Amino acid sequence: MSDKNMQPTVYNDTVVRQFSIMAVVWGVVGMLVGVIIAAQLIWPELNLGLPWTSYGRLRPLHTNAVIFAFGGCTLFATSYYVVQRTCQVRLFSDKLATFTFWGWQLVILAAAISLPLGYTTAKEYAELEWPIDILIAIVWVSYAIVFFGTIAKRKVKHIYVANWFFASFIIAVAILHIVNSAEVPAGWMKSYSAYAGVQDAMVEWWYGHNAVGFFLTAGFLGIMYYFVPKQAERPVYSYRLSIVHFWALIFTYMWAGPHHLHYTALPDWTQTLGMVFSLILLAPSWGGMINGMMTMSGAWHKLRDDPILRFLIVSLSFYGMSTFEGPMMAIKTVNALSHYTDWTIAHVHSGALGWVGLISMGSLYYMVPRLFGMKQMYSKRAIELHFWMATIGIVLYISSMWIAGVMEGLMWRAINTDGTLTYTFVEVVKATHPFYMVRLLGGVLYLGGMVVMLWNVLKTASSGHPTDAAIPHLVAHA
Amino acid sequence: MDILFLLIPLSVVLVLIILGGLWWAVYQGQFEDIEQEGSRILDDD
Repeated sequence: MSDKNMQPTVYNDTVVRQFSIMAVVWGVVGMLVGVIIAAQLIWPELNLGLPWTSYGRLRPLHTNAVIFAFGGCTLFATSYYVVQRTCQVRLFSDKLATFTFWGWQLVILAAAISLPLGYTTAKEYAELEWPIDILIAIVWVSYAIVFFGTIAKRKVKHIYVANWFFASFIIAVAILHIVNSAEVPAGWMKSYSAYAGVQDAMVEWWYGHNAVGFFLTAGFLGIMYYFVPKQAERPVYSYRLSIVHFWALIFTYMWAGPHHLHYTALPDWTQTLGMVFSLILLAPSWGGMINGMMTMSGAWHKLRDDPILRFLIVSLSFYGMSTFEGPMMAIKTVNALSHYTDWTIAHVHSGALGWVGLISMGSLYYMVPRLFGMKQMYSKRAIELHFWMATIGIVLYISSMWIAGVMEGLMWRAINTDGTLTYTFVEVVKATHPFYMVRLLGGVLYLGGMVVMLWNVLKTASSGHPTDAAIPHLVAHA
Repeated sequence: MDILFLLIPLSVVLVLIILGGLWWAVYQGQFEDIEQEGSRILDDD
C-alpha cells in the first residue's frame, strides 16, 4: 500500500497463517512430551537418569506446551481471523499483531528452555519465572490493543457473540496472570510468591481454575460460535441463547477455584462456596453445548461426509461431558474419592483432548485451506484418519484413567477391621500399571493423529500460496 | 484468610465491570433485532 490514506483492501491473514502453522507444530511437540511422560510413568528409567528429562521438569513443559503454545497459538489465530471477518475491517495494527506473534513464540521458547533447566515458580500452569511473566504481560496487553482496536474500528454495528467470548478471555487472562504472578525477584531466574501458605494456594487456584474457565473455555467457545455455524453453513441454533450463555458464564465463573482445595487448610465455607459456584456453572455450560449441537438440527446428515464438522461436533459432546463431570467432582463427597487420583487426569484430558483439542483441529482445518488459497485441505482422507485416531485415542485415554482413578480412590480408603490400611501406597501404584499402558496407547494414537494433521497442513500450504482474503464492500446495515 | 480481602473486592470490581459492559451493550442497541445477526456471518466472505 503506497498511499497511506488508502483503505486496506485485504485482511491481515499473514499473522493468522503464522499462528495457525505454529499451533500445529506446537501441538505435535506438546503432545510428544505428553507421550514421553506417560511412558515414564510406566518405565521410570526413560528419564535416562538426567535431571533435564526427569518427570518433574517435563510435566510442566507438557502442560505449558499444549495449553499456551498449542492452545494459545490457536486462540490468537482464530480470534484474529474471526474479529476481522465479523467486523469487516483489517486488524487495528499490523506491527503490533506481528509483535504478538514473535513475542508469543519467544515466550514459548523461553519456557521450552527454562523448564527443563529446572527454573520454576512451582505454581501449576504458572511455572514460568518472573522475566518471562513480564514478557507474557507485554505480549498480552499488545494482543488486547490489537483486538479491541479492531472492534473499535468495526464497520458492522453489532459485535458478533464470538467476539464477546474472545474479549472476556483476553481481559480475564490479563487480570489472572498479573494477580497470580505477583512475586518478589531474588535473582534473574528466581522469585518468591507475594503470597504465602494457604493464601498462595487460594490465589493459585483462583488463577488456575479461571485459566481453565477463560483460556480453555471462553476462548474456545468463541471459536465454537464462529466455526460451527460456518462449517455447518447454518446460523447458530439460537442467537438469543448464545448471548444469555455468554453473560451467564462470565457472571458465575470467577468463584469455582476453591474446589481444587477441598479438605485442605482453606476455610470450610470457602470450599463450600467453590463447590456451589461449580454446580451453578453446569447451567450456562450445558446451555452453550446444546446451542452448538442444535445448530446441526436439520443438517445432521452433513456429519456423514464432513470430517471437519465431525471434529467440531464431537468436541462439543466432550465439552458437555466434562462440564457435567467437573461440577460432580466439585461436590465434596465425590471429591473425597476423586481428588489426587487419576480420575482428575481423566477429567482434564476429556476437556483438553476432547473439547479444546478437537475444536482447535476443526477450526484449523477450516482456516488453513482458505489461508493458502485452496478450496479444501490437501487430503480429506487424512482428516478422516486423524478424526478416528484422535477419537479412539481419547476414549482409550479417559476410560483407562477413570478406572485407574476410581480404583486408586477405593484402594486408598480401604480399611481393615482393626483400623489399619488394607493396601500400601506401592500396591496401589502397581495396580495402575495396565491402565497406564492403555493410556499410553491412547496418547500415542492422539499424537499420531496430530502428526497426520501436520503433514496434511504442510502439503496444503505447499500446494497453495499464501492468500489474504479481500475485505468485502460494506454490506448494507439496517 | 487475608487473601479474601483482595480476591473478593476484585470479584466485586469485575462484576461491576461486567455489568458496565452489559449496560453499554444494551443501551447501545447491541441486542435489538438479534436473530438476523446469527446468519450474517454466513455471508461474510
